[in-house]
Amino acid sequence: MNPESQAESSGCDACEQCDQRRSFLTKLTLGLSGLIGAIMVLPGVAFILGPVVKKKKEVWRPIGSLDDFKIDDDFSLVTYEDPSPVPWSGVTAKSGAWVRRISDTEFKAFSITCRHLGCPVRWLSGPELFMCPCHGGVYYKDGTVAAGPPPEPLHTMQIRVVKGEVEIKTIPVPLTTTPLKESDV
Amino acid sequence: MKRIKKIWHWIDDRSGYSDYVVPLMKHIVPRDARWWYVFGSATLTAFFVQVLTGICLAMVYVPGGDEAYMSLKYITETAFMGHIIRGMHYYGASAMVMLTVMHMMQVYLHATYKYPREMNWMSGVVLMMVVLGMAFSGQLLRWDDNGVWSVMVASEMAARVPFIGSWLSHFIFGGETVGGSTLTRFYVFHVFIMPAIIFAGIGLHMVLLLRHGVSEMPNVDQPVDPATYREDYEARLKKTGVPFWPDAMWRDVVFSTVVVVGILLCAIFFGAPSLSTPPNPSNIHSNPMPDWYFWWYFTILSTLPSNLETWIILGSPVLGFLILLLVPFFSNKGHRAPSKRPWSVGIIVFGVTSFVLLTIYGYYKPWSPDFGVTPLPESVIGVSEGPVFEGGNLVYKKGCLYCHHIDGHGGHRGPVLSNIGQKLTRQDLTIRIMNGGYNMPSFAGSMSSEDLSHIVDFLLTRKEEDSTEPAQ
Repeated sequence: MNPESQAESSGCDACEQCDQRRSFLTKLTLGLSGLIGAIMVLPGVAFILGPVVKKKKEVWRPIGSLDDFKIDDDFSLVTYEDPSPVPWSGVTAKSGAWVRRISDTEFKAFSITCRHLGCPVRWLSGPELFMCPCHGGVYYKDGTVAAGPPPEPLHTMQIRVVKGEVEIKTIPVPLTTTPLKESDV
Repeated sequence: MKRIKKIWHWIDDRSGYSDYVVPLMKHIVPRDARWWYVFGSATLTAFFVQVLTGICLAMVYVPGGDEAYMSLKYITETAFMGHIIRGMHYYGASAMVMLTVMHMMQVYLHATYKYPREMNWMSGVVLMMVVLGMAFSGQLLRWDDNGVWSVMVASEMAARVPFIGSWLSHFIFGGETVGGSTLTRFYVFHVFIMPAIIFAGIGLHMVLLLRHGVSEMPNVDQPVDPATYREDYEARLKKTGVPFWPDAMWRDVVFSTVVVVGILLCAIFFGAPSLSTPPNPSNIHSNPMPDWYFWWYFTILSTLPSNLETWIILGSPVLGFLILLLVPFFSNKGHRAPSKRPWSVGIIVFGVTSFVLLTIYGYYKPWSPDFGVTPLPESVIGVSEGPVFEGGNLVYKKGCLYCHHIDGHGGHRGPVLSNIGQKLTRQDLTIRIMNGGYNMPSFAGSMSSEDLSHIVDFLLTRKEEDSTEPAQ
């Protein structure tokens, strides 16, 4: 039996009260469905967006003792742990930076991330250039762009020496169009 | 026998197989729907290959920082049939991307997107974008150094979106850097979200196919007129149509068999793609490359003028998607025959040619410095001592060879220097090296005058053998 004939046989199709009841039931059903959907979806959305709204953590990580870095013109690659790795990160928790000791207390450090599209740049001590293997970005030893498509210089990282230990201040991945805070540069 | 018949009758009655499924299988299709029409069903078959091999891989694959790489190594090197299953998943992905594009080209060439099948086309365009998303996320799930740095590139691209770029990038990372959360995100996209969209999209695509019927081959005498099309189509179908099962379906099955056997043979003979080094984001010896079906886009990104780059990176996928999606609204009636739409043939030829050329260019990627160069041999330098010999060694030490090609050695990013001694004077060369130029760094701050002099001495000897022009 279809709904129309059912309504006819029950004598409800012309009843104003029934129309009101149906209207109410329609709204109730749609409203509750929306509520069910919201309860199911909203906590999940908040959960997924957690990393986006989470306050970015910046910590100092040790990268070696002062004696490990000779005063010269050459950069050496250092690795350190991300500021807030998840427990299952494993080797992906590592980050890298190019570090050069300029004087007894002065260091120069750059993120290894190319400012074009994020590939890892390599330091070539012969020509004294950083080169990117992906799209051919080239930087001078002071981090400024020498050639290729990078729109910005390499990101400078902060270094400090505490009790003979050299530490680097971790940063989020330097994104080309979203410069970091002045304090990080 | 009677008992079996009785059981089948019960199943048929309760499930509605004969009432619902059989009519779908035997719906009437045009008689001329022949080999041109096999690409869609083959794409579906390739998708089933992906689903089945994907389920097998998911039983061993661990989406964790170190474990993903190790589990894939286990699948490839140790697990029984593991290299075949992984190989089938890899070549199945290539097949699915290729068949999706071929199906779309066929539909475009025959203007099947015209009335009343506009929505068939539009659902297909959405499906194609999700298939490309599957291909990209699948490459990342290999989670070797290439996977890690490819995520980095993707998030850098996302970061260029105005206002929300940084958020979008951190959403992709699942944090502020690439790490364990990044992989689990892409795993969910690849294994749950995108396959669900594909299943839903295929369902819609099938419903629309049955609603509007399989299109006929284009006929110059039958331009599409929305006012009469449905009636004319039904009348022609009634007159000359054949049931899909088995009159038309056998061709789909034959072609799908070729596809599946091809995937299997590739998996057996070529094997699963090799994994590069573990996913260490501090490994600077990585050279990220997308899978072959994205090399054309890699080339475009690498050769763009920098002032257009952000516009193209962000705009071209959106614009490309919208143009494809709205194709039926540019023209949904009139001729379907390629002979009456020569520009459509031109667009297909142009598209395929561009794809092939850009893909070849992407494979060689001449815009990148060649880090694998070796010092010039004495036979190329031409002498074994003196300033020219020193200069010949210095073009390697000072990195000139990363970008310049000299007599069969070196990269291709910069101009070839094999005959540079004929083209530039000592003064020109000195100025060019010290000041740099378009896409060439200045060496004024990193080269002694003695080294510079030796390099110029060497470069001035680079001439064609029969050249008599003296160096200045």
